[in-house]
Order: sequence, then structure tokens, then C-alpha cells
Amino acid sequence: MCLAVPGKVIQIVGDDPVLRSARVSFAGVVKLISLACVPEAGVGDYVLVHVGMAISKVDQQEAEETFKYLKQLGELDGIELSDGDNTSS
Amino acid sequence: MKYVDEYRDAALVHRLAAAIAGITTKSWTIMEICGGQTHAIVKFGLDELLPKGITLVHGPGCPVCVTPAEIIDQAVELALARKVILCSFGDMLRVPGSGIDLLTAKARGGDVRMVYSPLDAVTVAKENPTREVVFFAVGFETTAPANAMSVQRAQREGVANYSILTSHVLVPPAMRALLAAPDNQVQGFLAAGHVCTIMGTVEYAPIAREFGAPIVVTGFEPVDILEGVFRCVKQLEEGRAEVENAYARAVRPEGNIHAQRIVEAVFEVADRKWRGIGMIPQSGFEVRPELAAFDATKRFQLSCMESVGDGLCISGEIMRGVKKPRDCPAFGTACTPDHPKGAPMVSNEGACAAYFRYRSRETSVA
Repeated sequence: MCLAVPGKVIQIVGDDPVLRSARVSFAGVVKLISLACVPEAGVGDYVLVHVGMAISKVDQQEAEETFKYLKQLGELDGIELSDGDNTSS
Repeated sequence: MKYVDEYRDAALVHRLAAAIAGITTKSWTIMEICGGQTHAIVKFGLDELLPKGITLVHGPGCPVCVTPAEIIDQAVELALARKVILCSFGDMLRVPGSGIDLLTAKARGGDVRMVYSPLDAVTVAKENPTREVVFFAVGFETTAPANAMSVQRAQREGVANYSILTSHVLVPPAMRALLAAPDNQVQGFLAAGHVCTIMGTVEYAPIAREFGAPIVVTGFEPVDILEGVFRCVKQLEEGRAEVENAYARAVRPEGNIHAQRIVEAVFEVADRKWRGIGMIPQSGFEVRPELAAFDATKRFQLSCMESVGDGLCISGEIMRGVKKPRDCPAFGTACTPDHPKGAPMVSNEGACAAYFRYRSRETSVA
């Protein structure tokens, strides 16, 4: 129920804070999504969308930090984690 | 899909599982709160990758499952007796009330419509100005901004025939209630990532301190979940009980301020009954009194008949982490997704439905 799917903002629609929306692409499927909770999102940003509302901008830097942390974790435990696992598709 | 595929990397998942095994010296019981996490754990078999000492139990994180039967009865009454257009998320339609479910109400002539978003229900109201339209607003903190926004939009656009039937629950009070129960077995939590996206993480520090339970904010993909388990086990092994954020790409400590403002403008905190668990003080939202016109309970002066228990169903014990779905005598026999006795067998995110779907062919293991 609390599922949220990351999608890419491709067009902003409207300026009114309550009605502000965006066309968001989910791997090619485009839906009109409310941006009322994420006014800072712009074209090209990834947002997490839950029941028709963007609830967060995905923080790319933090996403990269996670993979750095996991890489470190592998090293600490003597587990090899190649850069190839640090994917970004 | 970006931000999904890389978190399903099988090699990375196995390495994380090995890292968890490497730090585990004792037995620990960890609860994931969110039904989406439960679904992912069972679907991807993540619990089976963990060392024997680590037990994952499944919390009350399915809003559909904890919506009381009497509120479903109210939705049925709205659809059949009051002749409204009743809009709902799809997984609410087959949850049994104390009488029938909403899909049966539809079969009996009720105008019950499945929508993707509460904002779509406002559109239905605009398209049907001569009818009353009610959205069945269930959910945790994650869904509250969208449900609140539907009221704000209706207000802004002068949509006078729209209201919501609310069954909104909050995670932190439920965690407290679980930890305070005398038969509690949970030692650490994976907190629900998207709930924290909205509300932030500050509410959890007092709980971690007071009950000595580590709380790790966790995402929903296999790598996210195992990272959450790793950090939780590490704290347990080191005797720490802190709040950590393992889902920083989506969760800031302060949460989403814009979303919180929208929620506060429409809802206020109130006592709530949880199906299978009972009344938990200050554990939900209801529509603010000044917006009573948008509150279906008040608009239609709905009565609330206290429902009796769910018979054979042991969903309460499952959602408190005391039992697993296979401990239920009705699991897979008298209770199946086609003929559910209780809500966790209906919703995709209910623990029973996940076990039935992905584990039903296995023999029971102690």
C-alpha cells in the first residue's frame, strides 16, 4: 500500500501550489502526477510517486553513497565487490 | 528502471547476506513494519538467505488489513443504502466487513469504483455533479498527503459533492503498543521507508531509547532490505539501540515539510481501532472539525456498529509478530485469497497472501 515508484519528470504542468503537476515517465509509461509535496522537482529529476503524488525527489548523491557504503562493507568483511556492482542504468 | 534494477542485483544480495551471517553470533527477532517490505521479503525469499538465528516477523504495516470491519460496513452502507459513488483503492474491495465486502456490494448494484489515486476520485466527483462521491481514504502516513490533497483540491475547485471516509493509521504509536505488549518478541525494527519519507525520523529516537530496540529506516528493494537487516543486526550485536537511516536517497531526517503541512491542514491526530489489534490511543488521523463537510462519517451521519471478532482468523497475532501465517489452522484451507477469512489474506501486502502466493507448496517447518 505504501508502494512508491521512481519516475522521471518530463514536463511541468501549472504553477498553482495546490494544482501543480508533472508528466512523469515510469520506464516509458507516462502519468500526470501532483507535485504539491515536491515543488523543488524539475524536468529530468527522479521523483518517488505514491498514489498519484510525488512524495520525494530521489537524492542521487545519497544513492551513490549507499553503494559506496556497501562496497566498504564488502571490503571490511573480506567480500569482493567489484565496481561492476555499482550499477546505474 | 533506474533506482530499482540496481537494488535487485543478485550478487550484491548474496554478498550482503554473507556479511549478515559474518556478524551474527546470537539469535535475533526483527520486525519489518511495512507490508511492501513483507511482500518483497517473501517474494524474493530474503528471509531464507539469512542465518538461522535471524527471524524476520511481519508487522501490522498493511493499512487494508488493519481497517476495522465496521468501517468497511460503513463503506458498504454508503454504496448500497445511500447510493453514493464509492471510490476505493483496489485491494480494499475484497476485504470482508462484518457482513459483505465492497465487491459484493457492487454486484448487488452499488456504484463502487476502483481508482488509482484519491485525486482521480475528485475528478469522478467533478464529472458527476448530481451524485455524492466518497473516497475510502485508508492508509498510513505515506498516503495521508494524497488523501488530504484530494480534500484541498475539492475545496479549491468548489467540488461540493466530494467527501472521504477515513481509516488512517500511524506507525510510531503501533510500534510502541507492540513493544509494550507482555508477549512481545521483537528486538529490532526495520522502519517503513516511505512513512519516514513523509514524517521524517525524529519520532523514532524516543522509542529506540525507551525500549532498547534499534530502528533502521529501510527501503523496499532486496538490497535495501538486507542493508536494513545488516545495520539492525550490527546494532543488536553491539548492544546499541539507535535510529539509523538506510534509505537516505528517499528519507531526510525532517521528512517532507510540504507534505506535513498539507496533512496538518486537513487531518488531526485521534484514537484509532486497528483490526486484529484493538484500540491504540492517538494512532490515527481524522478530518479536522472545520472540514466536516468533507468528512463522510459526519456528512452522512454514519452509525458505527462495533463488530465482533474475525472467527478463526489469527491476523492480530500475526501482525504483532507472535505467530506466522502457517500457524493459523485456516491458512490455505478454509482461508484462501479467493475465500478470505481475514484481511491479510486479501491484500497483496498482507502476510498471509504473500505466504500463500509464494510459499503455499512448502511443508510447514518449525
